[in-house]
Amino acid sequence: MILNYVGAEEINGSLLVLDDVDNASYEEIVEIKMDNGKSRQGRIVQIEGKRVVIQVFEGTHSMSLSNTNTVLTGHPMELSLSEEILGRIFNGAGNPIDNLGKIFPKKKLNINGTPINPVSRVYPRNYINTGISTIDTLTTLIRGQKLPIFSGSGMKHNELAVQIARQAKIFGADENNFAIVFAAMGVKNDVANYFKTKFDESGVLQKVVMFLNLSNDPIIERILTPRCALTAAEYLAFEKDMHVLVIMTDMTSYAEALREFSSSKGEIPGRKGYPGYLYSDLASLYERAGMIKGKSGSVTQIPILTMPNDDITHPVPDLTGYITEGQVVLDRSLEKTGYYPPISVLPSLSRLMKDGIGKGYTREDHSPLANQLFASYAKVMDARALASVIGEEDLSDIDKQYISFGKMFEKKFVNQGFNEDRSINESLDLGWELLSLLPRQELDRVDDALLDLHYIKDKDSLFKSSKVDLLESNDENDDSDDIKDEE
Amino acid sequence: MKEENIVYGINGPVITIKNTKTFSMMEMVYVGKDKLVGEVIGINEKFTTIQVYEETTGLKPGEQVLGTGTPMSLDLGPGILNNMFDGIERPLKAIEKKSGAFIERGCSVSSLDKDKLWDVTINVNVGDYLNPGFIYATCPETSVIVHKCMVPFGISGEVVSKMDNGNYKVDDVIVSIKDKKGNLHNLTLFQKWPIKTPRPIKNRLPLNIPLITGQRIIDTLFPIAKGGAAAIPGGFGTGKTMTQHQLAKWCDADIIVYVGCGERGNEMSQVLGEFSELIDPKSGKSMTERTVLIANTSNMPVAAREASIYTGITIAEYYRDMGYHVAIMADSTSRWAEALREISGRLEEMPAEEGFPAYLPSRLSEFYERAGRVDTISGKEGSVTIIGAVSPQGSDFSEPVTQNTKRFTRCFWALDKALAYARHYPAINWTSSYSEYFVDLDPWYYKNYGESFIKYRKKISSILHEEEKLMEIVKLIGADVLPDDQKLIIETARVIRVGFLQQNAFHKDDTFVPLSKQKKMMKVILYLHKKVKHLIKASVPISRVIEMGLFEKLIKIKYDVPNDNIDILDEYINDIDRSINDILKK
Repeated sequence: MILNYVGAEEINGSLLVLDDVDNASYEEIVEIKMDNGKSRQGRIVQIEGKRVVIQVFEGTHSMSLSNTNTVLTGHPMELSLSEEILGRIFNGAGNPIDNLGKIFPKKKLNINGTPINPVSRVYPRNYINTGISTIDTLTTLIRGQKLPIFSGSGMKHNELAVQIARQAKIFGADENNFAIVFAAMGVKNDVANYFKTKFDESGVLQKVVMFLNLSNDPIIERILTPRCALTAAEYLAFEKDMHVLVIMTDMTSYAEALREFSSSKGEIPGRKGYPGYLYSDLASLYERAGMIKGKSGSVTQIPILTMPNDDITHPVPDLTGYITEGQVVLDRSLEKTGYYPPISVLPSLSRLMKDGIGKGYTREDHSPLANQLFASYAKVMDARALASVIGEEDLSDIDKQYISFGKMFEKKFVNQGFNEDRSINESLDLGWELLSLLPRQELDRVDDALLDLHYIKDKDSLFKSSKVDLLESNDENDDSDDIKDEE
Repeated sequence: MKEENIVYGINGPVITIKNTKTFSMMEMVYVGKDKLVGEVIGINEKFTTIQVYEETTGLKPGEQVLGTGTPMSLDLGPGILNNMFDGIERPLKAIEKKSGAFIERGCSVSSLDKDKLWDVTINVNVGDYLNPGFIYATCPETSVIVHKCMVPFGISGEVVSKMDNGNYKVDDVIVSIKDKKGNLHNLTLFQKWPIKTPRPIKNRLPLNIPLITGQRIIDTLFPIAKGGAAAIPGGFGTGKTMTQHQLAKWCDADIIVYVGCGERGNEMSQVLGEFSELIDPKSGKSMTERTVLIANTSNMPVAAREASIYTGITIAEYYRDMGYHVAIMADSTSRWAEALREISGRLEEMPAEEGFPAYLPSRLSEFYERAGRVDTISGKEGSVTIIGAVSPQGSDFSEPVTQNTKRFTRCFWALDKALAYARHYPAINWTSSYSEYFVDLDPWYYKNYGESFIKYRKKISSILHEEEKLMEIVKLIGADVLPDDQKLIIETARVIRVGFLQQNAFHKDDTFVPLSKQKKMMKVILYLHKKVKHLIKASVPISRVIEMGLFEKLIKIKYDVPNDNIDILDEYINDIDRSINDILKK
């Protein structure tokens, strides 16, 4: 028995209120037919007796209290899935927009998903080699991890995401069991195009599923976009045994959509007007990364978010950082110096790194080396702070050495080409070369045995063997370095 | 027939029922055809409000709500240890068996394994008069912990029948008692207890025994007493969870209750993996034999997140009543506070600070007051120590949860972002942290480790304090211009920071350090400090001492001296003497 409800009681923002509705269930999907023959979808977000509040995905413009005709579908929002979704493009609500016709579903899944039972999870340990020194050495990405990129408007987060996606696939996973799910939320058309072009160039487009909710698309659909994407990712990972990398950009737009929707519902706002359940809501997305016992696939998430005003304490990056397993933070001053990727090493962190590196995974010396690099680079910051007060000239010798270590670290280690793919051994060796710029007794995080093995006494031999392409860095900055570069 | 109670309104996890008077506050109810577990949180003339511990997607108005007549309660009995539960004490392994890798709704499983047989010894005879709390039976729950079945509170009477020792299931009646009114009570291996009510005690004991953690900065500078409460606040990435894990692994409590409240799923599977691999040095058995995990990850329903903290503390109190020392790690209490805020928002309550409900401070204090070292009703001594992580929003310690927690805990281990960035772990900031338990604990330290321990500690903290003041100058003009005696402070403080306070959780010797070694390490560091001070007075430049590498050598003590051979440290003192003499000879 399908019932039609003609007209509405109230329209407020994207919300449509109906009265006298029987048999409505919470979060059920409804179809709203309009007089002009078009139809829109909506979701029931609140029920009070026979009065229901419906959130209309495409917005309520040109709806009136009399020209709508609402049908209850009887089920929550579902996504049609089959292997055919690979290479396809969908809108934010999961409908194909590439004119290649509908998906013939092998399975329909509720886009809200269900929480993974903690005892069924496999603790992620396999590292993903991204070919980027800073990430591989200092914030290692692990398969099944959720590692967001904290960026700001105008920084090169998209390039970084593309580089990770392109280079990460080479290791561990082969062509047949690797896929990328890309969810765009409120991004510009050309950004979406950039990703598409880059995926095409690296020949993986047939392995990409795209969900696009561009900045001029309805914001309510934006709330569904990451859920559709993650449902597709879970399907590919846990039913088709694929290793799925999910790139979601931009989480800040998503959170803003959520705020807009919350305030139109008249909910009590929390910090900066975001709803009190922002943490739970973000968690329901991020926690869908992981691996499950008995399944060979995995879901790895790289959400990208732009920090409003580069403020890392803004609710969206703040709550994200509490849920995700670390973060990669981009820094504007490195970006301005012309270094790519502009990864700010100190606040970046990978929580799963400690169990996925070292003997048997990367190299035995990885963990102490990373600790020492962090500790030494933190001292560079102190020396720089001092230099900005008393001038570099008056620094003690050791502080001067730190300053030059810092410069070389940023120039040779952080900075690398967009197409440069460094192996883990290259990155680690480069780290030791850099540490050798400092006096041996300064390296207090590494035990003597490792130092004997890796510390380079002959300072002239430094950086001769490494493949660092100096042409890509700014040669003008070279003059202050203590080290004679052959390049 | 009585009118049925049916769902009227639905808003997220909050549902309302119209025109009913059958429910009481905090009553546990089953909602809808899927029998979702819920709790009554508000009653007025028109509506009864219920929070549901599971997803409400697909729920319809008109579905039935069944009352249970009892408040939200736990089954307390053998089978809790070495197990992992969700926020409302449903064993996750049983759920996995039932619904696979993903948790389906309305999954009803019993808290305790009803089929398992326990080897029960019964301690009473027919005719004995039993008071509440009396231990009438025991059984080995795991290889290291003996479970003691206590007469539930509010019941007493004479034993009229008992079973023989043997193997029983948790709901087998093993003892029956008859109270003064002549009512018969059947005692099984388990009892029920409402989660929001603290279990009664005989009286509280002074908090004068420390909880030894093997973490130098905690044991030496900011100790916590058994039965105390501590807060670990820190922004993301500062190592709250790592610190909690270290404490759980190494502290000298008998039983660990680890509550993952609104945290990451992968983290819980890590705890599960690490704890089962970790061999407890005291018993030689796996750590999980004395651990309970409560996992309510951030994507599991928010109302159950609120309950998980109470579930954890109730289990802790239950084992305390058997005479065990229990430590409960709550990670993180901020998520719990946020769950309160989320539900309060759905109820459209008037918000106080930052949208948190006005009753936040009272809820926090109720929770932390359930810590304590007590004489139990059964006449034993037990304790519950609470260590709560706080995740301040925006890493700002002035936010309401941190501030209110500070009022109700006497130990405050503030984690510092700058230390964490430099990978100095545990990133406990020695300036902003404090412990108020010194006064109570000093007699214990005095008795067991001598007056010098307390003296060393004071000296260590005064050097750190002086360094902090000097650093303000150093930041402006550099360290080079300081006179030698101040340079010495900076050098010694560096040794203390890197060689003593910083501790490597992944190093086999450094992960847990006994107090005796901690004391000797302090002694060696302070000895060098004293000696060099004399040298400087004799106008020997400090650079000569630094060249000898003495300070560096002390920094590596933590790796170079094994825990079971701390006498080597005496050699260090001789070494210092020799080197100093060399300098003087020149």
